[in-house]
Amino acid sequence: MSDLTRLTVTAAREGLAQGHFTATELTRAYVEAVEAAGALNAFVLATPERALDMARASDERIAKGEAGRLEGIPLGIKDMFATNGVRTTACSNIIGNFVPPYESTVTSQLWRDGAVLLGKLNQDEFAMGSSNESSAFGPVVNPWRRGGSTQPLVPGGSSGGSAAAVAAHICAAAAGTDTGGSIRQPAAFTGTVGIKPTYGRCSRWGIIAYASSLDQAGPIARSVNDAALLLGSMAGHDPKDSTSANLAVPDYEAAVGASVKGKRIGIPREYRVEGMSSEIVSLWDKGAQMLRDAGAEVVEISLPHTKYALPAYYIVALAEASSNLARYDGVRYGERVPGRDIAELYEKTRASGFGAEVRRRIMIGTYVLSAGYYDAYYLKAQKVRTLIKRDFENAFAEGIDAVLAPATPSAAFGIGEKSSGDPVEMYLQDVFTVTLNMAGLPGIAVPAGLSSEGLPLGLQLIGRPFGEESLFSLAQVIEDAAGRFDVTDKWWR
Amino acid sequence: MSVDQATVRRVAHLARIAVTEDEVAHLQGELNAILAFVDELGEVDTTDVEPMTSVIPMQLPLRADVVDDGFYPDRVLANAPLAEDGFFAVPKVVE
Repeated sequence: MSDLTRLTVTAAREGLAQGHFTATELTRAYVEAVEAAGALNAFVLATPERALDMARASDERIAKGEAGRLEGIPLGIKDMFATNGVRTTACSNIIGNFVPPYESTVTSQLWRDGAVLLGKLNQDEFAMGSSNESSAFGPVVNPWRRGGSTQPLVPGGSSGGSAAAVAAHICAAAAGTDTGGSIRQPAAFTGTVGIKPTYGRCSRWGIIAYASSLDQAGPIARSVNDAALLLGSMAGHDPKDSTSANLAVPDYEAAVGASVKGKRIGIPREYRVEGMSSEIVSLWDKGAQMLRDAGAEVVEISLPHTKYALPAYYIVALAEASSNLARYDGVRYGERVPGRDIAELYEKTRASGFGAEVRRRIMIGTYVLSAGYYDAYYLKAQKVRTLIKRDFENAFAEGIDAVLAPATPSAAFGIGEKSSGDPVEMYLQDVFTVTLNMAGLPGIAVPAGLSSEGLPLGLQLIGRPFGEESLFSLAQVIEDAAGRFDVTDKWWR
Repeated sequence: MSVDQATVRRVAHLARIAVTEDEVAHLQGELNAILAFVDELGEVDTTDVEPMTSVIPMQLPLRADVVDDGFYPDRVLANAPLAEDGFFAVPKVVE
C-alpha cells in the first residue's frame, strides 16, 4: 500500500470517495513513510496513534456520507501552530516541553474538514532562518541531492521540515508559516508549491508569534490544486484575531485551470539583482513565455523601492520579535534557570533557552526600539514600508494583475555553507520574498524547472490584495507547462 | 551607526538576556554587520511619508467588554515551571 503516498491530496480525496482505499490505509502508509524517513529529520514529533484514531473517525464519516473536503488526508503541521495536547515548541529549547491547552484556528479548521494529524514538523527556531539550521532539533536534510553527489543540502527555511516532508511524500501536504519567505523559499528549494496568502486571510490565533504585522499561515503541497484545496480550509475570518479579514473565502479550486487570457503580468526590472545566477534569469524568461503562451500579456514594470525591502524588513521583523518574544521569561511556561532575583532568573533563562540566531535578532530588535534610536530605525523602516506598498499599488493601478519574479536567488545550498559567517549573507536568501510580507500581498512559489545540477528551481507570482484566485490560475499555467517535480532517488529509505 | 561594547551590554540587559564577556565582542561584530546593512535606508527620502501602521486597510473590530473565557486555572498553570496555590511562583520581588 506504500504507493498511496504517491497520490496528491486531490487524487487521494478521489480515491477515498470512490472507496479504492480507506483513510486508515492511507494514513498507515504515511505513518510507515514517516518512520522510515528519520534521516531527513523533518518531523520533530510523530503522532501515529492519534493519526490512526483520526483516520478511523474519517472512515466512519466517509461511510455515513459526511466526508469533509479534506477527509482522511494526512497532514504535517509546522511546530509554530499550537496543537491541543500535542507538544508545540517552535523548535526552541525555551518552550521545549510546552503542551498547549488549545488549538490554533488554522489547524482547527483543517481538523473540522476531516484532515489527519501525522505530527509536528521541524523549522528554524521561532521561524527565524532561511535554511532550517537554527532548529533546536537540528537541521532538516533536503530530500533532493545534486546529481551524482551525496552532500546534504538544506531544504530552505523556516518551514524546512514542512517542505522536505511534502517533497519526500512523508505527508500529503503541510501547514507552514511565512514572515519573510518561510513558505515560498523552502517550497522553491524542494520542488513543491507554497502560498503565502494576503495578510489577514488566515487567522494568526494560536500560531506562535514572530513578527505580527508580517506573519501569515499557508499550505505547502505537491500541486497547485492541492495548495488551493488546503488554503480553502485554512483561510477565513476569526474574531479572535483582530487583523483577520472579514471576507468570504472563495472557491480556490475553481480558479485552478481558469483562463489567464488577457491578464497583465508585470516583470519588475529591479528584481534583476547583481550576482543572480544565469539559470535563475533563464528560468524567469521561460516562466514569462509560459504565461504569454497561455494568452497573458507580459510587460516590464518598475518597483523602485525594492532594494530597501530587505533592510526595512529586518528592522520591522526584529523589532516585533523582540516585543513578542519578551513573554518567554521562565515564569508561565518553558524551562526556568534559577537566579538570585527575578531579573537574573529572566536573563539566565533567556540566555540558556534561546539559540544564537534568536538571541541576536532579539538584541537587534531591542536596540532599534530603544530610546534615541526609535525614529532613526523603526519609524524610518515603517515609512519605507509605505513606499514599498505604494510601488505595488501604482503597478496594480496601471492594470497589472500579478507580478512574476524568481522565488530565490539560487537553488538549495549545502548544510553549513552559509551558516558560519556573516548573518547578512543568509538574510539575502529572502531578497525576492520579503517585499510581499512588507506590503501584505499574496505570493505563490511554483516549481518551474531544474538547475544544471538537477535541483528544483521556483518562480514566484505576486498578486493583488486578496487576489489568491488569480495566483492559482497563473501558477497552474506554469505547472501545466513545466510539469511537476518529484524526487526520484529515495536515498533516505 | 555602530555599537560599542558598553551598548551591547546595555541592550542585552534591556532584552533580559545574560551575556558573558567572551560573547560581547563577538555580538558587537555581528550587530554592527547587521546595522551597517540596514543603514542603507538612510538614502531613502521619506519626507511627508506616513509610517505604515496597518497592513490591510480595515476598521479595528470592537466586541462587548464581557468575560467570555477562562475559569480554568489548572490549564493555565499546566505548563508553568513552578506554580503554587493557583498562582505562578517566582523569587520574591518586593521585600
